[in-house]
This record gives sequence, structure tokens and C-alpha cells, in this order.
Amino acid sequence: MSLKERTYTCIVCPNSCEITVKIRDGSVSEVSGASCPRGEDYARQEILAPVRNIATTVLVRGGSIPLCSVRLSRPIPRERIFDAISAIHEVSLDAPVRAGTVLIQDLLGLGVDVLLTRDVPALEGPFQKNE
Amino acid sequence: MRTADVVIVGGGPAGLAAAALIHEKGIREILLLEREKTLGGVLRQCIHDGFGLTRFQEAMSGPEYAKKFIEKVQKLGIPYLTNASVICIEPSREDGQKAAPEDDIPASARICDKTGASGHIPEKQLENSNASRYKIVTYVSPSGLEKVRTRVLILAMGCRERSRGALAIPGERPPGVFTAGVAQSYMNLYNHMPGKEVIILGSGDIGMIMARRLTLEGASVKAVFELLPYPSGLPRNMEQCLNDYGIPLYLNTTVTDIHGKDRLRGVTVSEVDENQKPIPGTEREYSCDTLILSVGLIPENELTIDAGVRMDDRTCGPLVSEYLETSIPGIFAAGNVLHVHDVVDFVSEEAELMAESAALYLAEGGLPRGKIKVEPGNGVSQLVPQLVTGTRDFEISLRVTSPKKNLTLTVSQGGKVIASRKIKKAIPAEMARIPVSAGSLSGEEALIVSAEEGARV
Ligand SMILES: Cc1cc2nc3c(=O)[nH]c(=O)nc-3n(C[C@H](O)[C@H](O)[C@H](O)COP(=O)(O)OP(=O)(O)OC[C@H]3O[C@@H](n4cnc5c(N)ncnc54)[C@H](O)[C@@H]3O)c2cc1C
Ligand code: SF4
Repeated sequence: MSLKERTYTCIVCPNSCEITVKIRDGSVSEVSGASCPRGEDYARQEILAPVRNIATTVLVRGGSIPLCSVRLSRPIPRERIFDAISAIHEVSLDAPVRAGTVLIQDLLGLGVDVLLTRDVPALEGPFQKNE
Repeated sequence: MRTADVVIVGGGPAGLAAAALIHEKGIREILLLEREKTLGGVLRQCIHDGFGLTRFQEAMSGPEYAKKFIEKVQKLGIPYLTNASVICIEPSREDGQKAAPEDDIPASARICDKTGASGHIPEKQLENSNASRYKIVTYVSPSGLEKVRTRVLILAMGCRERSRGALAIPGERPPGVFTAGVAQSYMNLYNHMPGKEVIILGSGDIGMIMARRLTLEGASVKAVFELLPYPSGLPRNMEQCLNDYGIPLYLNTTVTDIHGKDRLRGVTVSEVDENQKPIPGTEREYSCDTLILSVGLIPENELTIDAGVRMDDRTCGPLVSEYLETSIPGIFAAGNVLHVHDVVDFVSEEAELMAESAALYLAEGGLPRGKIKVEPGNGVSQLVPQLVTGTRDFEISLRVTSPKKNLTLTVSQGGKVIASRKIKKAIPAEMARIPVSAGSLSGEEALIVSAEEGARV
């Protein structure tokens, strides 16, 4: 019989609860320290395979600012973060663009979408540069 | 002169949430003034996710969180101006004389009021004149210098970053040194990469978030150095911004020298002793082209100080009652201008509480004035509100002096505990809160708030 114990800092919300997971014979026997069920799910997932959400920007032509921020609809396996960033960087857009638009569907077959997180209006006149 | 019932200075999350709630209370003569070209405040540049979890049970980015409030303000048709920078606020009485704050200064509040106490009108003369007092707000907009006269003034100017000047790093000052917020706006709004080889000084949240952002965009972030024996940001950011990418965090260490002429070439770091003095012989050299400073935020209160509002030099924000009203009746404050927040959800909540008070002020012609001092005791470095009236239940927001586990927050008056709360842990990076019921207060003796490990009630 083997008993292992690991402590995780929950990253789901700013409470940053410290969650302790006891693993008996390879399976989770006890989770303690989470103040809510989301934290417990997080710790169980963290043992299996950590997942993270990420944000980056893509280039926008002719917009009030030269780029638009994006994030993923759901977290992806941590080890795929850099692949995901590279795939997102291959795309660019023409202004205007709207927050909530799906930029890439089913990114790298991971089952998550890339979403625009802000509006970028088209540059209208010479005095509307930047934010 | 243009007139209004409520003028709001700042269109960040605090100003936006306040505007929407004031409107909901039936008040229509509102004017929100924002100096940037768009609304949203500092959230515009915070593109990572993790906002709104408390309020909307949904993880979104900063711009998305801001958008919810901007759209509400626009839909309600609340008048606002962008590119409108407030340069002066003056309390003035109906008779046109300049008014002054009351002389009711708590001993706990070491004043950082640079205007001093000159020109005071004794408190007696000001009695019952609350509602008659107007505030004159002067702002610069593309159409020139304008003034608006208002009954209620809401301060929601947010905060700014401490910079290198405040740090006294010796050595040359080559290009390549940025504050974390400036680096964040360069990257997220202007598509400008600060550099390739990065050192971060200070373990504030924005610095850690930038460590991850720079790494994802191809830079090499070599290390984060923190002067204090504990991190100054949230554990979740240490986990997902540093640990995930193998970026080391060195505590009790600071940058003691900067090298380079036309561009930063490197820095020297040293370990520090318990008095935060560099220990000779511990110097290490790091090459880098970019040094990012994440050494804290300070409420943006030049306007507040110039108006003669009483300040608290612990929070660097104004002294307020549980109604979030400052020492000048009819001037209210919420958000980062009042005290630096770590979570924007609480900023919105605080701003709404303040907006309710402001509406009450207009309806009743004034609010009870805070007479009972609230002072930090053992283990507490700062708190809000600093003066209470005892006329309604309230919550004290505080920060602890150092990390603690299994602690008890207590509020006592005259040696008697009137409120207590056990919490599993508290760190200086996170605001802690304790509710107090008005009925538990007796008399006007000061309330002492402490945070002690294992303390029993
Ligand atoms: C660089 C930075 C990054 C941050 N990152 C995070 C994060 O990742 N997660 C998180 O939860 N919190 C973060 N915070 C804190 C969070 O953004 C704040 O809690 C929140 O934005 C505070 O809202 P606010 O309305 O009080 O201030 P702000 O958002 O700063 O808004 C204040 C507004 O007032 C305007 N203003 C100031 N002075 C004047 C004037 N004289 N006239 C007219 N307008 C004026 C400013 O332009 C600004 O738009 C960050 C803060 C900073 C400074
Ligand atoms: S366990 Fe729940 S409350 Fe604690 S940090 Fe995680 S999500 Fe937040």
C-alpha cells in the first residue's frame, strides 16, 4: 500500500486555497482545504493532467489599436500552451472586430475555441490612432 | 456653469459601477469624466483571464469584465466624457466661500495632507451645511477648460505604479527599465515588445502576470527578485505565472546595481538582511536587456489632497466613514483611489456600496458623520473605513502585516471583543474582511482591529 500527499495552490479564483490531496494506491482518497467544489475539481485535474487558460494578442490591420486580445473558451493541457500560442499567432485580422467573435474553432483539435476579448473599431480618421 | 447632482472622476470599474447604481436610484443628472480616450480603466490592458469569478461565476479577461459595465452605462444613457481630465476639485459653499474639511482628525491618521490646515473654517460654522455645499470640478477636454458644479463628487481615479524613482536604485539609468503596468500596456495595447532577456524586480501580481506574458511571447524571463521575505502577489499567480514556466522567485533579494549605457546590459542583485540592507559578498550578476519593476501601487490622490480631503498615510487614500464618505461631506471614494485592491470584483462591489450612500446623501441632504475611530491593532497594517458613525452595519477591509495561518480577526472596543472571525490564512497580498454589526458598538471609544495567529475569542 502506498500513501502519497500533495498540496496544490488552487488557481481558480483569487482565494488561492491550499488544497491537500491524499493518494492511496494510485487513486485519490481524500481532498481537503478547498473552500468550494471548483477547487476540488481543480486539484483532481491537477493530478491527472494540469490544464490552463491562456491569453495573447493577434495583429489587426486598420484598427484603432494594432492588435486584439484573445483567450481560450476553456483551459487546455499545460504542455500544449506553446503550440497553441504559435497557432494563434498565425492568424491576423482586419478591423473592425468585435469581442466574443470566435477566431479559431477547435484549436489544434483540443476542443476549445479562441475568442476575441475586445472590440477594435476601424481607424476612421488621422486623429484616432491608438487608444 | 454646467451643473450636476453627481460627478464621477474616473471611468474604470469603480466609476462605471457607481454610475450605473446611481442611475438605478433614480438620479439622472450624472456626469462621468474619464481622461483616457476610452472607458474601462486599467482593465483595458489586463488581457489575462480570471476577472469576474466572484461576481459573475465566470472567468473572463479584463476587457470583457470592463465591457459589461461600459455597455450598461451606455445603455442607460448615462452622460460621460472621455478625453476629459479633471485638474481641480474645490469644495465651495453656497455663499461662494471656499469650504474646508472638519477638524475631526483621528489620531491614528497620520496626515499626509500637503496643503496643511490653513484656511480652516471651524467645524461649528459648517454644521448643517452639508447639503448646501457644492463642489466645483474643473476639467480639460478637447473643447478646452470647463467647469461643472455638483452636489456629490465621486472619486474613482484608481492608482498608479510606484516607479524606479521611489526605489533609489543606484547606477546608470539606461533605457530598458519599465514598470510592469507600462510594459503591459506596451505589449497589450501597442504591440511593442519591451525586450528579450528579462529580470523582474518585485513580486507584485502585475509583475508575475507580465513574466508569463513575456515568456509566452518568446522572451526569456530569468528570475523575479523580491526584497521582502514573502511574495507580495497572490499565490495563484506564483503558481500559474512563475512555477508553470520554471521562473525562479528569490526572496530577500534586491537589485543593487544597473549596468548599460545605450541599453540595459545587466543588473547586480544582492541578498538583504532582516533590515533590508544588502549583504556584502552576496552580489550576483545577471545579463538582461529589460528590467521590469513590480513594486507596488499607490492610490492616485493629488486631486483629493489639493481639495483638502483628509488622508490616511497607511492606505494613501482618503479617510472615510462606513458610508465611504470622505472628510468633506458629499465627496465619496471607492476602488483603488481609496485603497489598493487585488480583485476587481470587490472594486465593483465597493463602488456600488458607495453609490448607495451617495444616493442617500442626496435624498436626506447629508449623512451621519464618522466619530468613532477604527484603528489597526496587532498584525494589521491598514484598514478601511477609518471612522464610523455606528448607524449601520459595516465591513472592515484590512491587510495583515505578514503572512499568517489559522488566525482570528477581532474588532474590540474598550477591551471588549465586538466582532471576530476565524480564517485559515491571510497574506499581505490579499485583502481580508470582517463584518461588524452597528448594534454591537457602544459609546464613541475607538475600535481596534487585530489579526492574531491562534488567538482565542
Ligand atoms: C497596471 C495594473 C494591472 C492590474 N492588473 C490586475 C489584474 O490582473 N487582476 C485584478 O483583479 N486586478 C488588477 N489590477 C487592479 C485592478 O485593475 C483594479 O482593482 C481596478 O481596475 C481598480 O478599478 P478603479 O476603477 O478603482 O481604477 P482604474 O481601473 O485605475 O480606473 C481609474 C480611471 O480613472 C481615470 N482617471 C484618473 N485620474 C483622472 C482624472 N484626473 N480625470 C479623469 N479621469 C481620471 C483613469 O484614466 C482610469 O481610467 C491592476 C492594476 C494596475 C494598476
Ligand atoms: S477552492 Fe474554490 S474558493 Fe478556494 S481558490 Fe479554489 S475556486 Fe477559489
